[in-house]
Amino acid sequence: MLRTKIYDHFVLLLGVFIMMGPLVVAFMTSTFDHVLIHKEGMQVGWGGKFIETYSTVLSQQGGFTGEVTGWLMTQNSLILGIGFALGKIVVSMLAAYAIVYFRFRAATFCFWIIFLTLLLPLEVRILPSYEVVQQLGLLNSYTGLIVPLIASATGTFFFRQFFKSIPNELVEAARVDGAGPMQFFFDILLPLSKTMMAAIFIIMFVVGWNQYLWPTLMTTDESYFTLVRGIKQIMQIMIGADIPKYNEALAMAMLSMLPPALVIIIFQRMFIKGLVENEK
Amino acid sequence: MNKAQFGSPWMPYLLLAPQMLIIAIFFLWPAAEAVRSSFYLEDPFFGTGTFVGLDNYRDALSASDYRRTAIFTGIFVFLVSLLSLSIGLMLAVSADRVLRGKSTYKTLLMWVYAIAPPVAGLIGVMLFDQHIGPLVDFAAIFGWDYRIGVNYWDTGITMIIVATWKQIPYNFIFFLSGLQSIPKSVKEAASIDCSSQNRRFWTITFPLLAPTSFFLLILNIAYAMFETFGMIDLIVKDQPGNSPVTLVYKVYRDGFRGNDLGGSSAQSVILMLLVLVLTIVQFRLIEKRVHYN
Repeated sequence: MLRTKIYDHFVLLLGVFIMMGPLVVAFMTSTFDHVLIHKEGMQVGWGGKFIETYSTVLSQQGGFTGEVTGWLMTQNSLILGIGFALGKIVVSMLAAYAIVYFRFRAATFCFWIIFLTLLLPLEVRILPSYEVVQQLGLLNSYTGLIVPLIASATGTFFFRQFFKSIPNELVEAARVDGAGPMQFFFDILLPLSKTMMAAIFIIMFVVGWNQYLWPTLMTTDESYFTLVRGIKQIMQIMIGADIPKYNEALAMAMLSMLPPALVIIIFQRMFIKGLVENEK
Repeated sequence: MNKAQFGSPWMPYLLLAPQMLIIAIFFLWPAAEAVRSSFYLEDPFFGTGTFVGLDNYRDALSASDYRRTAIFTGIFVFLVSLLSLSIGLMLAVSADRVLRGKSTYKTLLMWVYAIAPPVAGLIGVMLFDQHIGPLVDFAAIFGWDYRIGVNYWDTGITMIIVATWKQIPYNFIFFLSGLQSIPKSVKEAASIDCSSQNRRFWTITFPLLAPTSFFLLILNIAYAMFETFGMIDLIVKDQPGNSPVTLVYKVYRDGFRGNDLGGSSAQSVILMLLVLVLTIVQFRLIEKRVHYN
């Protein structure tokens, strides 16, 4: 018994070391001076330049146009994360409501079309998607950034599954009482779905915030850059420099990690619920 | 079970309209374009393409570059799935058993889920950097001259390590919730009947987790194929010359960098077929799982 206990703690501590170690080293290194990092490698300890580096990253005007700051990128990331999550919830809830609670001709057809989207991740159809958005004139816009990402139907399936698990008696009772579809949706279904909506919001916020490929292609105007998109830019500037600003690159990485990390840590329970239920 | 349903001639269509519209514009249209342009040579978007039938497919599949990429992708997907699944399971089993510090462990082990793949790639590049990377010094102890971006396999190993690292929390969460859903009575009965911890795991817990594992395997394959894009993009740093890449990355590179629209589309379509197969397997598994329950 004691031996398993020691074994378990050993395994978990080792796991924590492997998972958190790189992040801790990255964070610590970001507080050092870049010349020192260049000379002596990544650091463990406190470099004392935390405030300096992070405020530079947040407020320094960087990029080619000199207009983009860390703050601006954070804002764009928030817009993308929240916009994506909200858009996805609204669109997929409505669609799922129609599919589960209405009898209509094209139901099966619509269901299969929605199902089809699960087959092709954006990465696979990236080039034609880009062309389409370009033809619609949506490059460098929040609409072009967010809406195409909503096209996959994961959320719809999630809500469909959830609606199906709601007891039938509720609809029947509502109908007996003379409630129409609108009233049923707002007075009964919506309150019941609150936890599910929160759970899916958390998952989708993290997914949206962490988007990389699509924002990279879509936004050439730096004022639309997100933090995750900006990482690439930083990397390119780094390659060209004599003494790369490792500290700033790492500070940027830390900043881009913080909001999603906080969200999943604070709402841990909902996050796990959303993740596990969503994929079923 | 049939749901009691509303009948309305127009309402369901109104509710479905946003979803269907987005799908039509940003999914069906591009997907159709991809299939169409895979049969053309150059620029079908501006109407200057020539129909070449299956030539693009033949060229793509017979190029030695494609085969090399396909082999690397196979190894990459296999190792990343295997490693992250087994490490995730190992951690979940221990986290399920300990009494003290359970939630702290859980929180710390979940953290990495929040990191975007390119950010994970950036941290990986730094840790394995020629000048500043501590892991290069570590490899040097064993006489291993680790050169990311120079040696094909050193770069490949970095990708595998970073991709595995990033995926461990995901598998950990699923396995832990799978373990926690095993009824207490089963666990108790098992511990009475079988005193060996090890045997108990392999004969009782593991078979009970099997459906979760199969299901996770599919998700892991999909992850390693598609979601690792950003990580790879950061690790190869725009110089993918001698660096290993995955098939998805090659689609992007050939299409955007190489301007080989037809070839890139043909590769897309091949990947689509692959995903189709994966999804069919996945759905058959889900059916089976429902059957068990």
